[in-house]
Amino acid sequence: MCTGNEFLQPLEAFLADDKLTESDLIEILHFTQNHFGYIPDEAQLLIAKRLKIPTSRVYGVVTFYSYFTQVPKGDNQISICLGTACYIKGAQNVLNEFEKQLGISSGETTADRHFSINPTRCLGDCSKAPVVMVNDDIYSRVEPGDVSKILAKYRSDSQEAR
Amino acid sequence: MLHLTINDMPILVRKGTTILEAAKQLNIKIPTLCHLDLHDFKIVNESVSCRVCVVEEVGKDKMLTACSTPCREGMNIRTDSIKVIKARRMMVELLLSNHPTDCLICPKNGECELQALAADVGIKTIRYPGARTVTKVDRSSKSIIRDMSKCILCKRCETMCSTVQTVGTLTDVGRGFDTVVGTLLAKPMHETSCTFCGQCLAVCPTAALTEVNNEDKVWDALSSSKTVIVQTAPAVRVALGEIFGMAPGTDVTGKMVSALRAMGFDRVYDTNFAADVTIIEEASELVHRLTHNENLPLLTSCCPSWVKFIEHNYGDMLHIPSSCKSPHEMFGSIAKTYLAEKMGIDPKDMVVVSVMPCVAKKYESARPELASEEGISDVDIVITTRELGHMLKDLSLDFPNLPDSDFDDFMGESSGAASIFGTSGGVLEAAIRTAYEWVTGDYLESLDFTELRGLKGIKEAIIPLGDKQLRVAVSSGLGNARKLLDSIRSGEAQYDAIEIMACPGGCIDGGGQPYTHGDTEIIQKRMNAIYANDRKKIIRQSHKNPQVKKLYDEFLGEPYGEKAHQILHTTYTLRPKI
Repeated sequence: MCTGNEFLQPLEAFLADDKLTESDLIEILHFTQNHFGYIPDEAQLLIAKRLKIPTSRVYGVVTFYSYFTQVPKGDNQISICLGTACYIKGAQNVLNEFEKQLGISSGETTADRHFSINPTRCLGDCSKAPVVMVNDDIYSRVEPGDVSKILAKYRSDSQEAR
Repeated sequence: MLHLTINDMPILVRKGTTILEAAKQLNIKIPTLCHLDLHDFKIVNESVSCRVCVVEEVGKDKMLTACSTPCREGMNIRTDSIKVIKARRMMVELLLSNHPTDCLICPKNGECELQALAADVGIKTIRYPGARTVTKVDRSSKSIIRDMSKCILCKRCETMCSTVQTVGTLTDVGRGFDTVVGTLLAKPMHETSCTFCGQCLAVCPTAALTEVNNEDKVWDALSSSKTVIVQTAPAVRVALGEIFGMAPGTDVTGKMVSALRAMGFDRVYDTNFAADVTIIEEASELVHRLTHNENLPLLTSCCPSWVKFIEHNYGDMLHIPSSCKSPHEMFGSIAKTYLAEKMGIDPKDMVVVSVMPCVAKKYESARPELASEEGISDVDIVITTRELGHMLKDLSLDFPNLPDSDFDDFMGESSGAASIFGTSGGVLEAAIRTAYEWVTGDYLESLDFTELRGLKGIKEAIIPLGDKQLRVAVSSGLGNARKLLDSIRSGEAQYDAIEIMACPGGCIDGGGQPYTHGDTEIIQKRMNAIYANDRKKIIRQSHKNPQVKKLYDEFLGEPYGEKAHQILHTTYTLRPKI
């Protein structure tokens, strides 16, 4: 199966395995999400064709699991814990500050794709509430006043990376 | 076998029987909403999402859903305790907390299963004004309107669309409170592979899925200066009476004709006339293909939903459906050429209205190739059996007591072969009644091909045609059509002719018919009425209809000839599968 689409080539290679069946859908979607950073529409069409299932079924699964996204995520993933402990300690104010400074809502990505804010439940570090995670870095006892400092760090990181 | 008691009544049931089925055997009614069991078609919707059917197992805390819980030995069930009544009412209240209460102006007013249930369980007030699902109404297609603010997530439509029809347009999207029954990538219906069969809206308990209503267009045409002609499909006359409380399976042809005349149509004609013309063309095409041994099997093309299905899903097989237009489209093109000329009017001043058991016919009539070169559409307006029923109620006609009258001459005359077009197996049986005599030159003794009849999803037969044998198959329901097409594609099965109708049972169970609310006996009764109508006819073969002969003599010339091709045949379009 060849779509002649270079962009989708890695997924085509993954789907070349003869043994794949409908029950492998989640695994295929994980690969797609990790490889592209999101699940493109064309990928959903390709997967459905390969598994011989309606594309709507692929779409239903993609929309069900919050791990899968249909828009590209930012280079830096900001997760603000809204679990009970963090919430009581003022996590909502921290989230509001991130949203305000980046001009996006929770679940969205900035236009320059540097940042995404992810809605998050307990990260398991309640003694240090409120907790914020950026990529793999943990920040404890975060206050709204810390937000610009945290963002500045990743702003320069991403620019260097480019 | 298992012993249990329901409301103190003992019963013995087979293993695997649900509490709902056991209660039914005892004539105990347990209200349901999401549950749908079309046993004649072996179709069951088991989403267990509404929880309206909760019952109590005496001595246990947990309530059980009767539709999904299998009976166990020694169970003691109550369906009538205060606990059950309160729980059931609360389930309905919770459904209503996210449902508009605009019943008076809802298209499903009087036909809504949620409305009826709310009345039955005695809802007087909305105690939980909860959050509301906000969605945009999808009016993109010519056939179906989707208003997900009225959806209760029973998933009956999804069962029909994905499991039964294997079309896969409707699916549940999202999770939690934000779940909706949506389309792929949230595309509007007209951009999907939806075939507009309408089985989704036929089973929808509320007004989340309804047909595009064309009643006002018909009233406007009738009050204009144009000549307005109406035609009615064979399945309409055996179902219309149900809307007026008449017994299912009552043939109301004569009353329907009187009613249409009372509405003000200039001519009241019959799609059955065009069905006879269809047989002349289709049987000629079959004989032609058999003689040349090419493009077999011939697939019937009367069903627009089935045609769209093959265009999306079997693009490599578009050469095998018959090139015949569907009967109501043939009627339209004959009306706007021959009839307009005979009546001395400009076809632009003629409006052709089709009354159909179908919502796909609405989409079909707008297909650009089903129009003249000047862009005059063969058929202008399509309404369903239900819409005709509403319009007659608008007129306050006492329908059951109307006198019978006959269709207008010429395009109102038809054979028994045309009558059976409305049911699964009928089109093929009609074609064989004609093809047999043409191929063999003999008189066909018995006109009844009973092996092609009935509600079964796939029917097969081998019909002796002189020294040849005709291998035929009939399928209704698009999932069954898919099975047949796959077996043809793989070379596993070989046929000469196949009839396909998209709706289970054929047009009698079409998406535009009066709602059956899951009662498949009604479909069987409509089918019986169709065959009774056929038996009553003196002429039961299409090629013996004198008015059809006259049409060919005066206008069309040779059957399957050049002029017939120009007026009565069509082409198909490759469409993407999405």
